Amino acid sequence: MTMASTQELAANRRDIRPGRIIAWTLLLIGGLIMITPLLFMFSTSLKTSGQVYDLKLIPAAPTFDNYIKVLSDGRFMQWFFNSTFIALTVTLSNVFFDSLVGYTLAKFEFRGRYFIFLAILSTLMIPTEMLVIPWYLMSSQLGWLNSYWGIMFPGMMTAFGTFLMKQFFEGVPNDFLEAARVDGLNEFTIWWKIAMPMVVPAISALAIFTFLGNWTAFFWPLIVTTSKELYTLPVGISSFSAEASIQWELIMTGAAMGTIPTLLVFLLLQRYIVRGVMLAGLKG
Amino acid sequence: MAKIELQKLVKEYGKTRAVHGIDLTIEDGEFVVFVGPSGCGKSTTLRMIAGLEDISGGNLLIGGEVVNQREPKQRNIAMVFQNYAIYPHMTVGQNIGFGLYTAKMTKAEKQQRIAETGKILGLEKLLDRRPAALSGGQRQRVAIGRAMVRDPVAFLFDEPLSNLDAQLRAQMRMEIKSLHRRLGTTIVYVTHDQVEAMTMADKIVVMRDGNILQVGSPTDLYENPVDVFTARFIGSPSMNMVEGVIAGGALSIEGATVSGFTLPSQEGKTLIGIRPHDLVVGEAGGAGLSASGTVEAVEPLGSETLVHLTMGKAQVIATAPGRVVPAIGSTVSVHAGAGSLYLFDAASEKALGRA
Repeated sequence: MTMASTQELAANRRDIRPGRIIAWTLLLIGGLIMITPLLFMFSTSLKTSGQVYDLKLIPAAPTFDNYIKVLSDGRFMQWFFNSTFIALTVTLSNVFFDSLVGYTLAKFEFRGRYFIFLAILSTLMIPTEMLVIPWYLMSSQLGWLNSYWGIMFPGMMTAFGTFLMKQFFEGVPNDFLEAARVDGLNEFTIWWKIAMPMVVPAISALAIFTFLGNWTAFFWPLIVTTSKELYTLPVGISSFSAEASIQWELIMTGAAMGTIPTLLVFLLLQRYIVRGVMLAGLKG
Repeated sequence: MAKIELQKLVKEYGKTRAVHGIDLTIEDGEFVVFVGPSGCGKSTTLRMIAGLEDISGGNLLIGGEVVNQREPKQRNIAMVFQNYAIYPHMTVGQNIGFGLYTAKMTKAEKQQRIAETGKILGLEKLLDRRPAALSGGQRQRVAIGRAMVRDPVAFLFDEPLSNLDAQLRAQMRMEIKSLHRRLGTTIVYVTHDQVEAMTMADKIVVMRDGNILQVGSPTDLYENPVDVFTARFIGSPSMNMVEGVIAGGALSIEGATVSGFTLPSQEGKTLIGIRPHDLVVGEAGGAGLSASGTVEAVEPLGSETLVHLTMGKAQVIATAPGRVVPAIGSTVSVHAGAGSLYLFDAASEKALGRA
């Protein structure tokens, strides 16, 4: 070990104060509480049905049989596809419409602008549970029950997304937009070519939240779908438990595979998520 | 290339009038600078010319045609903004080329235009860089490039140098000026900095509270200001103003001896303007204005020193030539020669003439 690094170590050691030890301990406990169910999920997915109630974290004889069983069941792949399709479509729709409306509210002067903004904002105060019945009645009357569209329509545009994008577009200096106007661009192109690239962090945050929210959505897809082919992954996995006997090892295997896209999103876009959470904290 | 005419141009925001029916003709190829304090309506006027603000009254003519209702793009003018407005997500080349976004040209033609513009502005080696990797002066040049590439009938500049440091500002002033000589395109330039106005303009338009006070060449405005505001606004440091009275054909100023001036016929309370460079520290030699004052502060500039004095009741700035720096608190004599006084009516603040 060199001189310098020895000194650094000594300096670091001096930095360890009682306050920090307490903080680290609390964080460690919090982390363990959060990660334990996940570990159990992975552990259970590697157990046979007989071992499920044997609450050991490391299975006696780990097996990938459950994975083979779930993957060879065509329904799982169908649900995985359904979830992916729905989450992606809803995400793209939100990025497009929320930012278009947010931009209009932020950058154009027109009569009733403030009222429209308030109206959009006020929908944030209505809990989903209250909206489910009107959504269902609407879907039923319009023949949207048991369809992709039925699952997706309530989330195609959100008040929160519109609000988030509006706040961000307000930070884009007007000079940029006016310069483009003088250069002869139409308003749609200005939004798409100039304003949108300037709010990429906000778009990323919105995309991440929307994707994750829809990937894990359970309540509404459960209510609006009846045929198993249209189930999303969370609804499909839960249906394992509704069959004759509860097959926990299969539920856990499905759930474990269902976390893969979530993990990917987190790993790839970690930087943006942290920023997104900070934004949500600031603006929400 | 085009002549721009403002005829009784009015801008109203609700019930507030920002521009009060101004008339002005900007000749083809002229470099016109609008100057005035914040809120005087100069930027609003520029934005009306650009088409970014609706015109509430009067007419705007470009090349002899009324363009009040035309969109910015239909006016074929280009604008350079204070914060440059160059797009951070595009390279320098793309930024310059963006001016050609709607132009009906082949890709090769566009590339050629971008390369030519880059060369004129000394940006040819930076075309692949992003704005974040450029200095302030280079960014400003990119903004000018984007305006130039379209070959517009006029350039509009909205305080383009305010974000640059003093040295760069001086350099860019000269660059814009030489660019104007080269291209010969009409330029309308807005600034609150009278130095920019004086050094660049063919014609200066002084504005205040939505009105044009005076239009003229830099020398004209410096030599013959129409009122106290213009007199004090043009020239740096600002013109000194002291109170005096003209009675019986003689001018009297408290604390000063005055002799040998040819005075205007109007008598009564008068404001006397003396440019700091005409009020020299030292004993008077012959006719003129002589006074003494207490030194409050000094600003040595190297070749000369600006001396802040209390002269009677008035605070004035005088110039001490050479490297002599008077001591603070000391009493010094100052004098101004014949022909260096600007006289204004004390009530209306309008010019009475020179003496």
